This record gives sequence, C-alpha cells and structure tokens, in this order.
Amino acid sequence: MLLWMGIFFILPLLVMLAVSFAGRGTYGGVEWTFSLTNYAQLFDPLYLRIYGRSLALALATTTLCLLLGYPLAYSIARAPVRWQGVWLLLVMIPFWTNFLVRTYAWMFILRTEGLMNQLLINLGVISQPIELLYSDWAILIGLVYGYVPFMVLPLYAAMERLDSSVVEAAWDLYATSWSVFWRVLLPLTKPGVVAGCILVFIPSLGAFITPDLLGGAKSMMVGNLIQHEYLVVRDWPLGSAISFSLMALVLLGVLAYFKTDGRLDRFEGGG
Amino acid sequence: MADTSVELRDLAKYHGATLAVDHLSLEVRSGEFFSILGPSGAGKTTTLRLVAGFERPDQGEILIEGRSMRHVPPNLRPVNLVFQTYALFPHMTVFDNVAFGLEMRRVSRSDLRSRASAALDMVKLSDKHDRHPSQLSGGEQQRVALARALVNRPAVVLLDEPLGALDQQLRQEMQVELKAIQKQVGITFICVTHHQEEALIMSDRVAVMDHGRVLQVGSPQEVYESPTTEFVARFIGLSNHLKGRIATLHDTTCTITAPDIPAAGSILIRRPPGAMEATRVMLLLRPERLHLSHNVHPGRFHNAVSARVDKVTYTGNEMQYLVRLSDSVLWKARLPNSGASQDRFRVGETVLLCWNADDGVILTE
Repeated sequence: MLLWMGIFFILPLLVMLAVSFAGRGTYGGVEWTFSLTNYAQLFDPLYLRIYGRSLALALATTTLCLLLGYPLAYSIARAPVRWQGVWLLLVMIPFWTNFLVRTYAWMFILRTEGLMNQLLINLGVISQPIELLYSDWAILIGLVYGYVPFMVLPLYAAMERLDSSVVEAAWDLYATSWSVFWRVLLPLTKPGVVAGCILVFIPSLGAFITPDLLGGAKSMMVGNLIQHEYLVVRDWPLGSAISFSLMALVLLGVLAYFKTDGRLDRFEGGG
Repeated sequence: MADTSVELRDLAKYHGATLAVDHLSLEVRSGEFFSILGPSGAGKTTTLRLVAGFERPDQGEILIEGRSMRHVPPNLRPVNLVFQTYALFPHMTVFDNVAFGLEMRRVSRSDLRSRASAALDMVKLSDKHDRHPSQLSGGEQQRVALARALVNRPAVVLLDEPLGALDQQLRQEMQVELKAIQKQVGITFICVTHHQEEALIMSDRVAVMDHGRVLQVGSPQEVYESPTTEFVARFIGLSNHLKGRIATLHDTTCTITAPDIPAAGSILIRRPPGAMEATRVMLLLRPERLHLSHNVHPGRFHNAVSARVDKVTYTGNEMQYLVRLSDSVLWKARLPNSGASQDRFRVGETVLLCWNADDGVILTE
C-alpha cells in the first residue's frame, strides 16, 4: 500500500513540485534553476479572472448538483428495496459511455439548430434560435450533468443507513416538513452532503473537457489553463505551479472544513 | 363518551392484498393503560401507526378525545409514539431530544427548560441530560424515548413493544416502573406487545388481537381466567386442550367424555353456563396446573388419566414434561423442581396425570 502510494502518487507529486520551481527552456522543456517566478506569475490579473470564474462555476455546479441530487437520493433511498438497485443503475448508466462522447451529445442538444432550441421554438417559448452553446451556462449544464452521480451516490449511502423511524419520530413530535428536513434529515445526512460536495466540487474546479467543448474559446477554466500551459505553450514549470497551488488550496479548504465543522464521527462512533 | 380517549370505528387497512387490520372497533378509556396483545403479524403495530397517523386507514375512523383524525397529519395529532427502536435523534443531546416536541410547538424557553427537566427527573436521567443517545444503555435510551413523549402531555402515549429490546431483568423492572409512571401522569397509554406477562402486569385492560381482529377485550384477570376463544386461551398459556361432549350434568360440575382419550372414561369439569347434555365443549388446561404421579391415585384430584412420558426437559427451577394421553393427544406439564426423587419421571414411564374440575377453562361451541 505504502509502496503503491509512493510510486504512483507521492513520487509524481514531488516531481511536479520540483518542476514548479524550475525555469522554462527556450524550446519547452525544463531548466533546473530555482526560482519563484512561476508562482509570482499566478497573480497575473488575467489568471485571477480565470480562477474566479472557475471557482464560481464549481460552486454553482456543486450547489445545483446538491439541489438536484438530494431529492433524487432521498426518493431512491425511500423506494421499495427491489427498486433501489434499478434506480441506482439508471443513475450510473451514463458512466458506461465515454465522457467525451456524452459531452458531444450535449453539443448536439445545445447548438443553435439543436434539440433544445427546436423544443423551445415548438413550445412557443422563443421564436428565434438562441445561442445556448459556447456560454458559461452550457459549461454549467455540462458540469452538473457530468457530476450529479457523484453527488447522488454518497447521499444515497447516507440516507440508506438512516433509520426511517427517526424521521417519523420528528414528525410525530409536531415537526413540520421543513423542520423535519432542517433539524433531523439534513444533520443526519451531513456526512453524505459533505462527501458529495467534495466529490463534485474538486473535479468541476479542475474540469477542462467540458469548458473546452461547451464553453468555446473565450471561457477558460483553471483546467484549461493548466492544459494550455503544458500542451500548447509548453511551459511545464508554470503549469506545475498552477496545478500545485490549485491542489494546495483545495486541500486547505477541505482541512479547514474538517477542523471547524467536520465532527462527522461525533454521533457515529459514540463514546 | 367523555371518558373515552381513543375510539376506533370499523377500522380497516390493507397491506397489499392482505388485510392487516380487519374492521376493528375499540374504545380506550381516558387515563387507562391499555395493551394490545397478540402474536407478530396480528396487526398490532399497524393499528398503532394508524392512530399515530403514519398510515391512513382504507376504511373506518379514528377519534381521539371525540375529534375525528381523518385528514389530521401526525404532527397535528395529540399523540406521541414511543418507537420500538426508540428512534432517538442521534445528533442531539438527551435534553434536546426531550425538548424537541416542545420546541416544535414553540413553547417558551423557560417553560421548555423546566418541563424537559421535570420529564428527565421522572425517568431518573437528569444527570445524563448532556449525553448523546449512543452514550446511553438500552434501558436509558428507552427512558429518554418515554420522556420525549410524556413531556408534551399528549392525550395518548402510544408504545410499540416498549420493552422488547431489553433483557429479561430490566424488562421486569421497567414493567413496574412504566405502570407507576403512567399512574403518576394519568395519561392514556396504548401499548402494543406480544408478551402476555408484560400485558397482564402493566395493563388496566387488554385487547387480544389476531389476524387484524380483536378477539377479546377485558381486564387482565378476565382475559387470563376466562378466555372466550381458543386462540386467546392458547395465547395466554392454556396450551393443553381436549375436545369432549357433556355426558351428565350436576349443580356446579358436569362430566364429559372425550373420544380422543377413550381410556380415560368420564372427566369431571366445571359446569359452563348454558351447558346441556351432549353440548360440545373444549377443555383447556395450563401446563403448570397438572400434577404427575407414579400410578398411585393421590385422591385429592377429581381427574386422573393415565399417560406416557414422551420427553423431559430440565430448566433448573422446573421440570417440563411432554406426556402422551393417546395417539392424538399430547400435553405439556410443568412441575416445580422439588429435588425429591419420587417427583422425577423418566421417558417411557407410565404416569397418572391429575387435575381438578376447577382447573382449566371450558369453551362451549
């Protein structure tokens, strides 16, 4: 286990850390001189805008996934047991198709002559096709679509373990539907909410296929920026520095959460 | 009608194709400890859940203090349920669990504190108010669940197998305590249990239920001593039975002949009301009322029937025997373990099974 982690996880990270402090060769490649210029470059206003947009999109994606995933997970967990497997399978079936292919499918749906515009025109909502593709909205739709299952599965796991009589007890003790949700259901499924949000937030923050295909050239996210530095500009040191800062920030965020509010095992472990 | 707390009128509930509650009518009086006793699958818990409002009846009506509960959701009913699994909120302290109902009804902060504290006092858990449920023993969790219901001063407290998860000794202590608490607060308790001793000890009245129907309602003494149906008789421990036909009638007794044990001759039993010659009857006897002896008629019993010992079980304080009276009649006998060798019987031995005319219950068909 330790060896496996060492070879496939820690070693590459260390290499990347080293590269992030190195200089850039004239024709790409890495020059082994120590400098902090890569990290200084991170604060370029152009980049800051990209971080901001990435953060906003990732937060919006996480929020939407939670709003969509929570009721879905709840209805699956409350369905008759023999149906639960079927519903979960339906949630996971999209994974059997390549993510790229599925994103292309969204391009067909969202483009000007696509299904969505046709539907809206047929329903009489709009009279002219509107530009849906190549916008932040398209990215958001693509990200939410792609990551909802990551939200549903941990939520389902948390709800499935929940003793349904606890919910009934709250109802029996004069709680309104809202109070049942807010005072009992949500606190007791919080581990699932946290796990789901982390599982959605982190990959959507670093996403690059979705913004690349659905967002077009003008809307870049951090993921695209990293890809751009590595593969187009061939500035590996800068790409490494961005990757590393992103990773460090996410890690700090998660740690801060567990430090302040993450007493997840308080009522699970007992004692 | 003023002292009726809960009234069930012709209540029916289907679970899929099976009739879980079969046109059940019942009246529970104010302030009484009422038990619904029956085997699992009798529809007891469904009945309780109908009263609590978690399930809707397919037919019939529930009235609580004279008010119809049709269209009233659980959170607006004046009842509180003590769940079989306790269903305490694991993320809240004991105090917050108990105060939850008051908080939901927006009872003032100071009132809430004093009432929740008083409820915890009553169940002797004041010192554990800041613990979480997972830090409590099963018995303590049970008390919290009870306090969480009582604190709201509902019209009715519903208890679903309240002592089912406790061990034998704790169960016996809680039976007495639960009854004492109920008397103290004077709230109507409706308790569902499959444990006959529990029902008899705690209740003012007992309803015996099977297959969604109430078979008999009465005081523990009535149900225990005068069961009106074979099911009730068997359920409260009258496991030995014998079919017969009345042969001769006397003032307070009568004799019957039992075709299943032709060798026994006539058997003397108490005369059931409305008995006539040739009336078909069923004799039901408790295993602990039977006496065994070594082929010497002790004389002080009205009836003595020859039987063979089929099986002996030693339980420590008791000897349990399976005795065969004929090919089709196998009875149980339970004798206190006196330790004396003349009171021991071996498998295969022929013994005399003795009892009095007053022992047992007679059902007429």
